[in-house]
Amino acid sequence: MIAPAKPDLVTVNIDGQEIAVPKGTNVIEAARLVNVDVPHYCYHPKLSVVGNCRMCLIEMGMPAVDPATKAPIMDPATGKQKINWIPRPQIGCGTNVSPGLHVKTTSPMVKDAREGVMEFLLINHPLDCPICDQAGECKLQEQATGYGRGYSRFVEQKNVKPKRTQLGPRVTLDDERCILCSRCIRFSKEIAKDDVLGFVDRGSYSTLTCYPGKKLENNYSLNTVDICPVGALTSTDFRFKMRVWFLKQTNAIDTESSVGANTVVWSREGTIYRITPRRNDEVNDTWLADSARVLYKVVKAADRLAATETIEALVARAAALFKSAPGAIAVVGSGRSTLEEHFLTRHLANALKASAQLVSRVGQGDKLLISADRNPNVRGALVTGLIKTLPTQQLTDLAAQIDAGKIKVVVAINEDLSAAGLTAAQLAKVAIVYLGAHANATSAAAKVVFPTLTVFEKSGTLVNQQFRIQKTLKAVPAAAGATDDLVVLSLLVAAAGGATLPAELASLWKVIAAEVPALATMSFANLPETGLVLDATPFAALPFVEGETLHYKPAQPAVAAATA
Amino acid sequence: MNLKPETLSKIDEVITHYPTKRSATLPLLHLIQEDVGHLPPDTSEWVAAKLELQPINVLEVITFYPMFRQKPIGRRHIKVCRTLSCALLGGYKTCATFEKEFHTHLGEVSPDGEVTVDFVECLASCGTAPVVMIDDELHEKVDCAKAKQLSDQIKAEAKKR
Repeated sequence: MIAPAKPDLVTVNIDGQEIAVPKGTNVIEAARLVNVDVPHYCYHPKLSVVGNCRMCLIEMGMPAVDPATKAPIMDPATGKQKINWIPRPQIGCGTNVSPGLHVKTTSPMVKDAREGVMEFLLINHPLDCPICDQAGECKLQEQATGYGRGYSRFVEQKNVKPKRTQLGPRVTLDDERCILCSRCIRFSKEIAKDDVLGFVDRGSYSTLTCYPGKKLENNYSLNTVDICPVGALTSTDFRFKMRVWFLKQTNAIDTESSVGANTVVWSREGTIYRITPRRNDEVNDTWLADSARVLYKVVKAADRLAATETIEALVARAAALFKSAPGAIAVVGSGRSTLEEHFLTRHLANALKASAQLVSRVGQGDKLLISADRNPNVRGALVTGLIKTLPTQQLTDLAAQIDAGKIKVVVAINEDLSAAGLTAAQLAKVAIVYLGAHANATSAAAKVVFPTLTVFEKSGTLVNQQFRIQKTLKAVPAAAGATDDLVVLSLLVAAAGGATLPAELASLWKVIAAEVPALATMSFANLPETGLVLDATPFAALPFVEGETLHYKPAQPAVAAATA
Repeated sequence: MNLKPETLSKIDEVITHYPTKRSATLPLLHLIQEDVGHLPPDTSEWVAAKLELQPINVLEVITFYPMFRQKPIGRRHIKVCRTLSCALLGGYKTCATFEKEFHTHLGEVSPDGEVTVDFVECLASCGTAPVVMIDDELHEKVDCAKAKQLSDQIKAEAKKR
């Protein structure tokens, strides 16, 4: 995957446009660079090339040379070198560029070939677009419109195949819609390393099947639904829920681990319907774990907190608690908070003269898109200076200080203190100010509870394991009775006697850029879609827990990997 | 899988013929079918384990080729040619005769377990149509009378057993 520093460039001519592309590029990718669309089904940039759909047929030719002398043969009519066109179409996906390659994607032969392929693909394809989930984002639909003949000559009976096979707990297969591109088979084999899918039977009876007795149940099974060019593989969760063209797309980040996979959140009228991956070749390619796709369910969870008092009343009560115990306050932040929240939390801790700490969450990494560190933004806390060392899983120090009576007030931000090892007795001994979206033992024991937002209801940035700072945007409006974490934090900073800090991202980023040298040149608005990699050298000595994942190699042998 | 020791030794030998183990899939399936008579349900897993593949890879091959049988057949396999020359010279009647003689239908095991009749594509002996293959033996110019005679012969041999 590591590109050579200076790739050898090859000049090719696509529909009359000259372009220099790296050696090894295929015709589909080269054409994409000159904005020429070569329609395809089976080809996927992140999977092996099989060339079985034949949709990407193109006409190609090479400059003519004299066989004996190798001297170029000139065309007297144009004065340019003659092109020897191959009299048969070639597949674009399986043809790598070579110097001087000429490609035609709009010639009559190519048009004929595409119409022929489309006609064969549609022979046994059912006409159930009106009830098909893929409608609106279906390659077959788009390319039938773009490159098909427009009417059917087929008068025979269509094949009947299984209509609703459960391939696994999350994927439902409609075999009649399948065009046998084999993307899902290659994905399962090459990326998910769970080779359970295959084609059985022969000819027009070919059927995609999971091996009898096995299931497509790996944590990446829903990627097969994403890459299916037609509506054959559908998500059991999303099936028949919503037409895709009604949905609003919001770019976000997967918060289940420090990989920070890029996602698109699809919502309508304040309700999220699904989460799909967004291509980022440096982070997640085009993949996303299944577990990341159900995270949106926290937005409408039954245990969401809602305010019963005004925010001013809550802040006043928190301020009274802060005044009651000067010097005996602890702040527990969360590795799930955004970088902006970490920044304000640091200000809050400074204003309260309190120590700040996070709670670490460590799980088993899957070597693909889930890392061992299940907090998405521990590095954001390091960058903003909220913490200096890596968090621990248990708050034993804090527990000891509470027992010793040194801590009287704890500000807990989105962290359940009992899950982090504090006993009910210890929780009862202190006054807790809790900021969080969902009810838990800490919110139940807290004196003041600020209901805040889930990651889908707010914008911000997260710093992933590569120290890549990435934007996640607000997909749906805040739940009733919940306040943006940034608003709550800036009010608390002011109540604790700190500076007046803006809660709005654009203005807050001016303060962040001024105070955090690593982020000095950035603003929220101009952060690129694929993120920016920050300098990790100040933190090189820290023993991060992540093992190897896609596009990430730990700098030093990881602790979790060694003990696993 | 309950294979004969000589089949097992043939299998181990044939794997060495190929640069990659995967290439031995077809020969292995042929050997198992020769031994057992058909490919039992656990074939995919057994071959996959032997060749370091996934079972689905083997199942794809088994289901692709019509001559791999996933169900048991009769003691003898009667293959009647259905292609042009044989069809013109009465292959359909020949086939119907065998079906009638053994009270069976195409592709099924006859009630006495003696035969399975199949109507197959060209057996490459068009000059002597209609032709029939019984196991590995080719019978030429099999009209209804000869079909009856062959059937009687099989039944007689069955009685002796």
